[in-house]
Amino acid sequence: MSASAYTGVPATRAPLIAGVLLGVLLLGAALAPVLAPYAVDALDLANRRAAPSMRHWFGTDELGRDLLTRVLFGARVSLAIGLVSAMVSAAIGAAVGSIAGYAGPLADDVLMRITDAMLAIPRLPLLMIAAAVLQPSVPVLVLLVGLAGWMETARVVRAEVLSLAARDFVSAARAIGASPARVVLRHVLPGVLPAAAVATTLAVGRGILMESALSFFGVGVQPPTASWGNMLYQAQTTMTSEPWLAIFPGAMIFLTVLACNAVGDAIGAATS
Amino acid sequence: MIRFIVRRLLQSVPLLLVISLLIFALIHAAPGGPLSTYLENPNVRPEDIERLRRAMGLDRPLGVQYLSWLRAFVQGDWGFSYADGRPVLDRLVERIPATLELIGVACVMALLAALPVGIIAAINRRFDRVSSVFAVAGISLPVFWFGLLLQLVFAGALGWLPSSGRTSFDGGDVADRAAHLVLPATVLAAALSAAWSRYLRRAMRDTVARPFMRAARARGLSQRTLLLHHALPNALPTFVTVVLLDISMMASGAVVTESIFAWPGIGSLFTEALGKRDYAVLMAFLMCGSIAVMVLNLVADLAVHALDPRTRDAA
Repeated sequence: MSASAYTGVPATRAPLIAGVLLGVLLLGAALAPVLAPYAVDALDLANRRAAPSMRHWFGTDELGRDLLTRVLFGARVSLAIGLVSAMVSAAIGAAVGSIAGYAGPLADDVLMRITDAMLAIPRLPLLMIAAAVLQPSVPVLVLLVGLAGWMETARVVRAEVLSLAARDFVSAARAIGASPARVVLRHVLPGVLPAAAVATTLAVGRGILMESALSFFGVGVQPPTASWGNMLYQAQTTMTSEPWLAIFPGAMIFLTVLACNAVGDAIGAATS
Repeated sequence: MIRFIVRRLLQSVPLLLVISLLIFALIHAAPGGPLSTYLENPNVRPEDIERLRRAMGLDRPLGVQYLSWLRAFVQGDWGFSYADGRPVLDRLVERIPATLELIGVACVMALLAALPVGIIAAINRRFDRVSSVFAVAGISLPVFWFGLLLQLVFAGALGWLPSSGRTSFDGGDVADRAAHLVLPATVLAAALSAAWSRYLRRAMRDTVARPFMRAARARGLSQRTLLLHHALPNALPTFVTVVLLDISMMASGAVVTESIFAWPGIGSLFTEALGKRDYAVLMAFLMCGSIAVMVLNLVADLAVHALDPRTRDAA
């Protein structure tokens, strides 16, 4: 869904809370080996399928692995995929958008038709096919998610570039003989940054949702590597007897995406 | 009007060509291409695969294959499902009613929630704060997780509603079918109503701030008349556009929701086909999804035309 759905959220402390939450999540992921109460592959055979308790805060799975530990290590994979895929999307989107906005009507037409085409193809099904066909490693998965998510950024950047390119300071730069590349990189793109930052923040949340959806269908991150999505995939069959296996990883996805959207909103509100 | 429709339809032809090329290239990039199911089956001998490859025309250059696929597709010959040998078109068509039923009910539910919430949030600050928290939460909710939770609570713990399927084995009366619809439709409606209430709130706010609204208020019109007869008609075109575009992208939502709730629509057909690498079905699904997006884009333009008299001269 587009950024315009969120803009204009009334000023509250929500963005601050969301920012702190994101910081805590990132820190938790980075420090997972230190923070985790157990080793990532440690088995507690006496306490398999154990409900949450003081010993295992989030409970354990069918092999007796500590769920909190797996959620922490899963955070590294899920957050990394969200962040890096958003950067891939941002880079492609910025390139496509600024060329379309600055290089003249022909390039604009061609690039925007491709963008329209990419937007028209159902995104999750397309990614599911690509992931099923290529059986990607985590880095390739990041690339796929990024390749499927640059269109929103491209549209936003193009619109900003078009409006900035008509401004006087850009004409002035051109008049003193700056090359088109220099005009775009030094004069136009910095003005695009706020809008691109919003689109990218929202893309982080979308990337995490995509990864988890793919893994949920068994075509994303493959076990034994833990990601929030594939933990949900594995938890699905034992939902009724061990609901905690599904509740915690899903809640992490929800909180993270929520925080990204709230921060994206706040950036948007602050810069517009 | 008709000229406008024809022009728009013509414009979408190159777009569909680009899309079909992308999808075709992706599916043929698979190791083994459309034959990969057979490659993984130890009972199929290499010479059989070679024979199949020739029979299906996969030994020809890719460009030739694409053109012959495209010609057949346009003529309504969408190939045969590898899974059961039936025509792909038949398999899709028999699944469409279930999906339309689900999406239709979900959209009605989402609209019933979004219309009052969006309008009230535009004029009441306190309500706006509360509803915007729910809206951002609704937009961020992972659909598959939300579906599992609803199943866990309402089908598992409470036992109020069936957890999956479209009817019971013996059932099929209206009450039974309605009960089966509640959970999947709620899952789909949650995200939609969250997004839609935001769009409507914003469109209403923009309208309320315009001078003609102040003039109407100065004439002493009631709040109710102001909102429903003056503001809403002005906010509606943008809102309807967004709603129709969101509906056009329901293919993704249907895939997730239908497979969680074993709803027998085209979304679950897609996941079944994905598991079997049934490429003919997968390709047809993506093409239909893309065509749906384009058709609803056109419908959105026409709707704006109908709702906003100011746009009529331009066309």
